[in-house]
Amino acid sequence: MSQLFWTTVIAGGLLAGTPLMFTALGESISERAGVLNIGLEGMMLVGAYCGYLGAHYGHSIWVGYLTGILGGMSGALIMAVLCVRLGLDQIVVGIAITLAGEGITSVLYQNQFSSTQPRLGAAPSNPIPLLDQIPILGKPVNGQAPLFSQPLIVYLGLAFAAVLAWIFRSTNIGLNLRAAGEKPEALDAAGVSVVATRTFAVLSTGALAGLGGAYLSIVGAGGFQPFLTQGQGFMAIVIAMLARGRPLGVVVASFFFGITISLGTALQAAGVTDIPDNLIHALPFVAIILALILFARRSYLPPALALPYVRGAR
Amino acid sequence: MSDAQLPIEAPLRQARFQDTGLRWGSRLADVVIRSIVPVVLALVAGGILLLALGVNPLTFYSDVWKYGVSDGNWQQSAVTMVPLLLIAVGLIVVFRANLWNLGYNGQFALAAAFVAGFGPSLVQDVPLWFAFVLLFLLAAAVGAGWAFVPGFLKARYGTNEIITTLMMSFIGIDLADYLIKGQFQDPAIQTPQTEAIPLDKLLPPIPGTSIDVSLLVAFTAVLVVHYVLTRTAFGLRLHVLGANPKAARHVGIKLPQLTIAAFVISGALIGMAAAAYVLSPFWGYVRADQIPTYGDSIIPFVFLARLNALAVVPFVAFYAVLSTGGDFAASQANLPTDFLLVLVGLILLFMTIIEYLGRRRELGGSYVPAGLRQSLRSPLRKPAEAEAE
Repeated sequence: MSQLFWTTVIAGGLLAGTPLMFTALGESISERAGVLNIGLEGMMLVGAYCGYLGAHYGHSIWVGYLTGILGGMSGALIMAVLCVRLGLDQIVVGIAITLAGEGITSVLYQNQFSSTQPRLGAAPSNPIPLLDQIPILGKPVNGQAPLFSQPLIVYLGLAFAAVLAWIFRSTNIGLNLRAAGEKPEALDAAGVSVVATRTFAVLSTGALAGLGGAYLSIVGAGGFQPFLTQGQGFMAIVIAMLARGRPLGVVVASFFFGITISLGTALQAAGVTDIPDNLIHALPFVAIILALILFARRSYLPPALALPYVRGAR
Repeated sequence: MSDAQLPIEAPLRQARFQDTGLRWGSRLADVVIRSIVPVVLALVAGGILLLALGVNPLTFYSDVWKYGVSDGNWQQSAVTMVPLLLIAVGLIVVFRANLWNLGYNGQFALAAAFVAGFGPSLVQDVPLWFAFVLLFLLAAAVGAGWAFVPGFLKARYGTNEIITTLMMSFIGIDLADYLIKGQFQDPAIQTPQTEAIPLDKLLPPIPGTSIDVSLLVAFTAVLVVHYVLTRTAFGLRLHVLGANPKAARHVGIKLPQLTIAAFVISGALIGMAAAAYVLSPFWGYVRADQIPTYGDSIIPFVFLARLNALAVVPFVAFYAVLSTGGDFAASQANLPTDFLLVLVGLILLFMTIIEYLGRRRELGGSYVPAGLRQSLRSPLRKPAEAEAE
């Protein structure tokens, strides 16, 4: 295989894996706190659309990321109010958020931009000094950005994963989050509000899913289109489950599934074109099913997951 | 009968009758509120969204009525209703056991691809009625096979079925598109679609209408599923599994077998929905990337009908009208049909909220906070008096 192929696979894996990583990091926060977020797909789409709007009208990708975060949080706010405060069924509300998110972004986009369909400019990439001299990993081939020359947000995301791992392991916030998922009664007895902890978790999840979506539209696709996420929100849930909520595991798993997403583009770049699109498109989902079969017994979910907390109820 | 002739306990009995009469009335009101209000609220919220998009909601909704019901358009809505109804009962079977089959889109797409792929040659080779039977069985087998995998993983390893069904769904849709572009492609044309089955080889209409006979199949399926779920041991087992898996194991129900059975039956019914869709006189073929995703829209109505196979019929009829008329109304108003997805999502959200309010009422609470309720009931009394009471 050519150098171009490997550059495309590895860098493409990171490109496609980053939105998964942000979203799955978010999901690992809320799963830890005992809220199963099936609405992730919808929050990602809303984030992708808002991020696109921000980047288009604000003329800055950073404005785009910010509006994407706010968009994702607006979806999460519904979830926080209905599922955490009122204790409604998390799965039903999640499905509702996904359906409404898919519908509303498609309607708004086609209503506003159906004739113009404006594209965003390419996001600037920041080569890492010295590392960008390594062949395959660092040197661009045919204008293909390599692993060590990525947009700044990717590096920030990786740093955030490390920070999150530290928060989970050695801070009070991490302890509270875990208690909210493992044994909410104990957290309540210790004088910490379960509702506040879980609300915080769900809003963080929304923010990260929104950022993942914004990255997808701004950097990944260079524009928005209806149903842009194509099930990546659901993949993020699986990644968080398989990584057992550990941020570094999430990074590794996201990168792996990112590669399965980018393999099609890489093969085309390498001149292999006779593999049907649909099979390449199905590859990440097949990989996930296989991973679930192989590691099913090792995935872990908190005992209080998807159960609303009602004080004093048994 | 006059009061004097009544036996001693009569007033008591009378009171009891009145009580049950009242309870029945309030139960009916409860059912109406819980089922209809979410739909109405969603339509109102959708109307506000339409206004924001610069579309007159009254025109839109009257267009839905015009294209979905009047001038014989109701017959087309009835045809649309068939696959929706079969999917709905398929979901009810599995939801009753508190298992989540969210892979309906993949099961539907794959079964549709197989029916459209093998249909054209089969209707020529064997007697037509036999071809229909075979195609429905084929579709049921494909749907059941695709649903078996998540069922097996759940039963064997306890893998979360929400995730596996969703993943299998994406794979199923891709596989269906791949088959349509490959093996099942109509060689005569460039468009990625299967060979069209000629109109006289599709399901015949019910005499006097343009609705095909699959509507009768769907109604039969509704009755059978309702009977099985409410009147047989199997239905009871599903219900026990759904209510409390530990209790189910305790009374000796074989959980793995029952879990797999629920998924397989659900998949088979969804597969039959695909057969009815492809073989209806409106289609006869499928095109890659254009197989409908009916299941998404049906989910809220299954919940609104409280997982009751009979009660889901009017809801599905409502959605069939909304969908048939809404497609036309949306194109009239220059809106994408995805607007219907927003409505469906809103119905689900309002449903959970109404449900929450209803539960609080049952627990003796009220929609109004306690302090406010007190002041509403006795606005003229002094606070001290109210407290003394």
